[in-house]
Amino acid sequence: MARFARPSRAPLEYSRTLWMRLWVGAVMLFLYAPLIVLVIFSFNDSKRNVVWRGFTTRYYEKALGNDQLVEALFNSLTIAALATIVSLALGAVAAVMLWRFRFPLKGTVDGTISLPIIVPEICLGVAFLMFFARVGWPTDLVWPFNLGAITIAHITFCFPFVTMVVRSRLASFNREQEEAAKDLGASEWQMFRDVLIPHIRPALVAGALLSFTLSLDDFVITYFTSGPDTITFPVKVYSMVRFSVTPEVNAASTLLIVLTVILTFIALKLQGVKAIAETH
Amino acid sequence: MADPARPIIQIRNVSKRFGRVTAVDDVSLDINAGEFFVLLGPSGCGKTTLLRMIAGFELPSEGQILIDGQDMAGIPPNRRPVNMVFQSYAVFPHMRVADNVAYGLKIAGVKGGEARDRVAEALDLVKLGGFESRMPDQMSGGQRQRVALARSLVMRPKVLLLDEPLSALDAKLRAQMQFELSELQEKVGITFVTVTHDQDEALSMACRIAVINKGDVAQLATPSDLYEYPANRFVADFVGSVNIFEGKLSLDEPDRAAIDCTGLGKVYLNHGVTGPHGANVWVALRPEKIYLHVPGVGKAVKAAGEDAPEGHNFARGTIKGMRYLGDITLFDIELETGARIRVSRPNLSRRDQEDFTWGDKVSMHWRADSPVVLLG
Repeated sequence: MARFARPSRAPLEYSRTLWMRLWVGAVMLFLYAPLIVLVIFSFNDSKRNVVWRGFTTRYYEKALGNDQLVEALFNSLTIAALATIVSLALGAVAAVMLWRFRFPLKGTVDGTISLPIIVPEICLGVAFLMFFARVGWPTDLVWPFNLGAITIAHITFCFPFVTMVVRSRLASFNREQEEAAKDLGASEWQMFRDVLIPHIRPALVAGALLSFTLSLDDFVITYFTSGPDTITFPVKVYSMVRFSVTPEVNAASTLLIVLTVILTFIALKLQGVKAIAETH
Repeated sequence: MADPARPIIQIRNVSKRFGRVTAVDDVSLDINAGEFFVLLGPSGCGKTTLLRMIAGFELPSEGQILIDGQDMAGIPPNRRPVNMVFQSYAVFPHMRVADNVAYGLKIAGVKGGEARDRVAEALDLVKLGGFESRMPDQMSGGQRQRVALARSLVMRPKVLLLDEPLSALDAKLRAQMQFELSELQEKVGITFVTVTHDQDEALSMACRIAVINKGDVAQLATPSDLYEYPANRFVADFVGSVNIFEGKLSLDEPDRAAIDCTGLGKVYLNHGVTGPHGANVWVALRPEKIYLHVPGVGKAVKAAGEDAPEGHNFARGTIKGMRYLGDITLFDIELETGARIRVSRPNLSRRDQEDFTWGDKVSMHWRADSPVVLLG
């Protein structure tokens, strides 16, 4: 009779079984353990950062006091913001163009637009290095114009992602809504503003988030396009790690994680989680 | 209601081709101001294309469309004095009901109190008063359709176009909406042009129906004329249920005619058909116009005799199939000649369905004014 005393669960309610919970826990641990360790060791009172020697926030002060690191972080945020804005505009327009209009070489454009995603990053990095050298891109501009080369490179691999998410969202657009708007007197532009853009808004938010995070943590392409005055955060961390992994690096990374989490949270709040879920 | 004979939409020799496919083939018809006009036809017959050409979403390959006397060539959908209710309703999902209804007014520059009053009036018309701040995803399909209706009516169009307006509703709601649409149309006095493939819908709502077949108008008539006087086999078969027999015209005088039908025998009519003698014609006989009798009693023979010369408009057969539908029962009867005929019988009393059953021998007769002779 004991079998019947167990709390009953519906046939597909696996989340209530013990082994499923254990499995999910293991997956979570596997995914996030490195990050957790990173965060914990950012409070480690030790220079070499191999064994735990006590709690301190000293390295946060040190990281925030490291002018080069702060400057790199600031560069990264600026590049990410610029790249996101431009990618969003370019990507959304490209998606709408490919979805809405027929034009010569449409097939070719459609095929090559996602090329920057497919091409290995290292190749893209080398290509940009050669390109900027060949055209004689000035390296001695004042901030923020000296970030131009990196920003252009970031836009190249960010905007296809925006195009991708916006296009998949457009596929679910009911063309009768467009016709309904026009039937009620709307011009092409008014229809875009009042009907189409609200429809793709979740995709725009998702695309912006993708672009921002992709740009923020890109290392390979940035490494090839950055100069001595245009160090980004990942490049700076890399150069710090080459000497030794101090808790300072951990502290800086933790700050970056916190920053991305906050940004994502704000975006979700602004948009409503439901709208994000709608895109999938 | 406006002068009933004044055409508000004139379609003149309109054709529409998509590549090598002709969707609409040289159609000419007038739709009168204030009438409830229905374009009826099977799917793919071109009726929706015709409607979309009136709205301006498709351009005619040939011909001319006039709305209220004005040629619509070169006038885009957003500047035509018509509004459309779409098959999917196309209610804007990100706008509240009131904003949906107010959208056209906003574009037209109608603001403030007037806009609010007109939105409230339109929502009242479709019985959605109090739903102003609902979002479309909080509403049922029927309610969303009412939003779409209000959104169009608020514009006070000269013509309201409805593309399969009731196809997505369940049977009960559909019947209710048929009434409500007719009522609404009478109340607002706007010309309604509806596209449908559902003959019940067309018959119950329309002032006039254009039956469309393969891009052409097969017949344009009032619902009862369409049903009782179909012009050809397509219309007879598409509108309602019908038995069609091929035959030869053997007698054709001003007040009587007879047709020798294969399978049914000699069919007698109490009016002339003015067809070529000896020509191939078709006889259409509606199932409900055939009376069933228990054989041997002589009732059928007697009834047929009162109506037609002896031996005509009478048949015998065996019940091969039966479908009890509550209000009526449908019989599939095999005639002595081997031909099949469908007969429907109203269940006028609660025990009527017990009169006949599978395998029963039956006699039938029909009145001399019931068969319709079709030349094409």
